[in-house]
Amino acid sequence: MWSFMLRRILLLVPTLFVISIVSFTIIQLPPGDFLTNYVSNLAQSGESANEAQVASLRARYGLDQPVYVQYAHWIGGVLHGDFGQSFTYNKPVGTLIWERLGMTLFIALLTIAVTWLIAIPIGIYSATHPYSFLDYFFTFLGFIGMATPPFVLALLLMYASYVWFGTSVGGLFSDLYADAPWSLGKVWDLVKHLWAPVLVLAVGGTTAMVRTLRANLLDQLELPYVVTARAKGLSEWRLLLKYPVRLAINPLVSTIGWMLPTLISGSTIVSMVLSLPTDGPLMITALMEQDMYLAGSFVMIMSVLTVIGTLLSDLLLAWVDPRIRLEGKPS
Amino acid sequence: MNFFHHNKPPHSGDEPRTTATQWQLMWWKFKDHRLAHWSLYALLALYFTAAAWEFLAPHDPLQREARLSYSPPQRIHVFHQGRLCRPFVYPQIQHMDSETSARTYTEDTSTPQPIRLFTQGDSYQFWGVLSMSRHLFALAGNAPLRLLGSDRLGRDLLSRVLKGSRVSLSIGFAGVFLSLLLGVFIGGISGYYGGWIDTAIQRFIEILRSFPAIPLWLALSAAMPADWPEMRVYFFMTVILAIIGWTDLARVVRGKFLSLREEDYVLAAKVAGVSEPLIIARHLVPGFLSHLIVTATLAVPNMVLAETSLSFLRLGLRPPAVSWGVLLQDAQNIRAVALYPWLMTPVLFVIATVLLFNFLGDGLRDAADPYRN
Repeated sequence: MWSFMLRRILLLVPTLFVISIVSFTIIQLPPGDFLTNYVSNLAQSGESANEAQVASLRARYGLDQPVYVQYAHWIGGVLHGDFGQSFTYNKPVGTLIWERLGMTLFIALLTIAVTWLIAIPIGIYSATHPYSFLDYFFTFLGFIGMATPPFVLALLLMYASYVWFGTSVGGLFSDLYADAPWSLGKVWDLVKHLWAPVLVLAVGGTTAMVRTLRANLLDQLELPYVVTARAKGLSEWRLLLKYPVRLAINPLVSTIGWMLPTLISGSTIVSMVLSLPTDGPLMITALMEQDMYLAGSFVMIMSVLTVIGTLLSDLLLAWVDPRIRLEGKPS
Repeated sequence: MNFFHHNKPPHSGDEPRTTATQWQLMWWKFKDHRLAHWSLYALLALYFTAAAWEFLAPHDPLQREARLSYSPPQRIHVFHQGRLCRPFVYPQIQHMDSETSARTYTEDTSTPQPIRLFTQGDSYQFWGVLSMSRHLFALAGNAPLRLLGSDRLGRDLLSRVLKGSRVSLSIGFAGVFLSLLLGVFIGGISGYYGGWIDTAIQRFIEILRSFPAIPLWLALSAAMPADWPEMRVYFFMTVILAIIGWTDLARVVRGKFLSLREEDYVLAAKVAGVSEPLIIARHLVPGFLSHLIVTATLAVPNMVLAETSLSFLRLGLRPPAVSWGVLLQDAQNIRAVALYPWLMTPVLFVIATVLLFNFLGDGLRDAADPYRN
């Protein structure tokens, strides 16, 4: 187990290095450096750039030096928690992402919880009643859910609520509470707005999870130990929940670390459509405004989260299933 | 009744199963998966539409018609004043509410306009070379026909959806094709040579896969300058989609290579002195080709969805290029959608395409292993 962990953690170093290179490349992609864009934007809006400020920014990011020096500057800053400056918001990138990270994580975690709450009962039902009417119905729903891009689901939901209830489901708070301090009223307001994004985001994961759970459970139910347990007179519910379900859920549990970052990056477009105060829309507006430090840092943070999540999942799987941690060992 | 398979033993008796080739066996098994079989034909029809949209569309998709701004889908009638006629439509008349300036449309039921087949309409360049003006169906005198309604500028949505299908459907194929090239080449090297080359390539793939797809796609497509011509944007979108797509295919190829390499018949070929390229082409590739086709088929819908999402966000293709994602940009404004719900029709085409590809992939997966029951 220790050597497995060590191997996986050592692999982290080159991975993180490549991730930082790619993120830096993204920052560098638009033609011209961002400072010239910044100055020309200022000039367009009629302001003139402060010469001293521009010079200090130029020095801070080492813009007049070769690319690898700029990279060294940038990565040095990142390691100290300085992700650079966002020029559209005129705030440090770290602060901007950090401000919205809480809500982003909250929505993602809630979505995972809802996914499990919906997927597990349906998966168990479908596996215990295969080829029944409801099984086909859920399979059909699953196909539709899988084929519909999440942003379209969000649009349809907005359309339905606009036409039937005359309200828009966008955002997480009504205007009244948007900037108000936390109170009972604000929490209730949040709950009223939260169901739409969580539901939309949960659809994709739910359909995938139902399919996996159904397949895993069907495999388990055919095994002799189930027949034995039934022959010994174990009640159907206890039999089901005690072994086959536990075994069928196992691979799902261990993917949790990997699910969170997927969900956060997957929710980017949906949160844009529903205008949620999360990191996704921040990233997209940053890209449209060519605010590249913000965009590049977002890609970087998401990738690092994915890597760490995958590592946790792998360790969890290896801990649960000894076959995995022994694989690849010299025999 | 089982909806997905019918349980009749496949072609029992009449075909000699023992002498059939592997591909024949696969085709028989595939034909038994009815849903997948139908999906194949439906997809062929869709791709045919995309290939010949200039002829199939009743109008030039860029032709504006200010007096038909946001006009609703026209209904096809067959009864005029109680008499059965050939299918026709009534022309739409715009009324402007003087207070709210909202537009409404009524049908002018006095003048039916029959739909004519193979008639003259807007002229077009078929595939950019053949000058033609004949359309599968249109109205006499090229009067505006709006079977799916119009957009804000009064352009025919049906023609636009048909035009968009060429980009949206082909970009999935092009992206998968590029992924296939990369995947087979790199995965093949990895699996055939093994050793440190394999390790290095596998690590590289793992690193690539740790990038979250959507943010990376978004960032790369946002980097395309706004003044690029349509074809270049299209090409780079394909490359962007393939950047992550090829890793899946490379893994399939590598895994199959690793297991097939150990087979006795490969060893026998080696002993018999067959050259390495010939072993790969003659003995290894046919062994995993079917699995590769399955993986590739299931990768197409993801690419179609990705193109739609990127273009929807205005980060992919941009007008005047037309794709399903570009058309959905009009649906970003939810008030417009509430008033003119037909703006969402491109969604139906996206969903249908993705569903059909998934059904087809499921059927192919079953057929790829024809010996398993």
